[in-house]
Amino acid sequence: MNQDAKALRVVIVDDEAPARQRLHDLLDECAGEPAVVVAGDAANGRDALELLARELADVVLLDIRMPEMDGIEVAQHLQQLDKPPAVVFTTAYDDYAIRAFELHAVDYLLKPIRLERLKEALARSRSAPPRAETLRELARAPRTHLSAQERGRIHLIPVAEVIYLKAELKYVSVRTAAREYLIEESLTRLEQEFGERFARVHRNCLVARAAVRGFERVEEAGEAHWEVVLDGIDERIAVSRRQQQVVREFSR
Amino acid sequence: MPRSINQNAYASGLPDFRNLGIQLRIGVIVNAFAFAAAAVKSPSLQTLWQQSIEICSLVEPLLILSLLVLAALSGWLRRIPYWPGAAVVLGLELALTTVVYSVGQSLVGPDSAPLERYWLLVALATIALLVYFNLRSRVLSPSLTEARLQALQSRIRPHFLFNSINAVLSLIRQEPRRAEAALEDLAGLFRMLMADNRELAPLAREVELCRQYLGLEQLRLGERLKLEWRTDRMPSDALVPPLVLQPLLENAIYHGVEPRIEPSVVSIDIYADADEVHAVLRNPYQETSERHPGSRMALANIRERLQLHFDAEASLTSKLGNDVYEVHIVMPYVKERSG
Repeated sequence: MNQDAKALRVVIVDDEAPARQRLHDLLDECAGEPAVVVAGDAANGRDALELLARELADVVLLDIRMPEMDGIEVAQHLQQLDKPPAVVFTTAYDDYAIRAFELHAVDYLLKPIRLERLKEALARSRSAPPRAETLRELARAPRTHLSAQERGRIHLIPVAEVIYLKAELKYVSVRTAAREYLIEESLTRLEQEFGERFARVHRNCLVARAAVRGFERVEEAGEAHWEVVLDGIDERIAVSRRQQQVVREFSR
Repeated sequence: MPRSINQNAYASGLPDFRNLGIQLRIGVIVNAFAFAAAAVKSPSLQTLWQQSIEICSLVEPLLILSLLVLAALSGWLRRIPYWPGAAVVLGLELALTTVVYSVGQSLVGPDSAPLERYWLLVALATIALLVYFNLRSRVLSPSLTEARLQALQSRIRPHFLFNSINAVLSLIRQEPRRAEAALEDLAGLFRMLMADNRELAPLAREVELCRQYLGLEQLRLGERLKLEWRTDRMPSDALVPPLVLQPLLENAIYHGVEPRIEPSVVSIDIYADADEVHAVLRNPYQETSERHPGSRMALANIRERLQLHFDAEASLTSKLGNDVYEVHIVMPYVKERSG
């Protein structure tokens, strides 16, 4: 029991069942220092995030190439946890990723994984989880989801469902047709990441290009300005004077 | 001896006069020559039409007759050395010109131009065509070697190899028999990849290779990969370029199955229609799936090899519709020559 308390809790994430099985076998052999228990496994990013919000883990063995959400993005969302686990990426072959890992001193294992290398990685892994900036640099494509933390759980918001992003004091509020979320990110960074999908209509607001239904000229106290009419919600967003060219851009 | 590119491109600079693409090229070039001659001969644009008709009345019968005779002699011409072969072709053309000219004289009446002028024109056109085909086969030979090298190098993604080995490793303890079968498939696959793949091979062998490959993918992907084979009308004896289908299946898995969590269907439909062999591959297409340059390279590579083997008689088309990506290959139905 005492042993178990100190044991390293490991979660396996890989979309291929044989690869998960292989890691189970190898981890079974990792007895001794450090003692290892498998806290669970998952076959895709979404399941992995759900599992890790539920189960406390010290280390995640995270496959990079997975359907719908790759390992790098999973690691980014894991940062929402109060105590994010350390991450060891696994890959069969990925020249680009490996060069980036070496550059940023991120731990990775090449499949097929050798027992010795796995032991080494686990021994090192009590150290800190990867840093947000590092993960951002490793990412090759914009994320498919944004993530918000709510009562210890990670809530995933598909980027395709986002209608607008609005900077509040400390947060960015993310509006979908269904509801609103608060995320701790900067609007500028979001614009850099998703620039193709969103248009800036105001210093504090990005709207999804696909959700723009039209623009309306509004008079308020003798001052005229444009407002964006959006699909899915009744709320309107003011276009600032400095961003007025957006209206012309859309009318083309 | 099976037909091979090797033979097509190196043995002789003379083209295969039975090949539709070669015949088409000859037709186009000769007609361009005829038109150019008419343009030179006619003093004004109004008379150009008249001139063209006059020249064509000699050129077209000669062209058709030549194509027939050359097609008939093609096998023999390609067996003899290049220079005597080229001389025979030139002599043949001059003889045919004389025949067509004298028949024309008796049918249409005396021609204003003497026979010698036609000899000169025909000799020029023939030499130009021979030079063209000779240059073309020279240009194609290095790219042939390259295509073969590419067939070796770009075929299997390293990603697939290492994941497969990893999958086999995972089976060794729990299911040694499946591990054995998987290793056998892997060996078969690599034997094929490392073979000299310039010679056409029976379609049945290519399909066997595809099944081995897909067996390995099934091992990794399990329920996520659903296969639909339709091979009941498949001409097993048809000769096809080796590795003409496997790379396409690899693309289908990489772009159509791996990026999806839900099970995906890859369908393979191979059938013979008249004297053509058709292969139609379909896989679901994910809009978000990254467009990998590797997949376009595979298509270009296969297209090139099809052209080297069959010229214009083969084609590869791909289309995207209703979230399904489809590749359709048409090849002439070439059978192994027996005896």
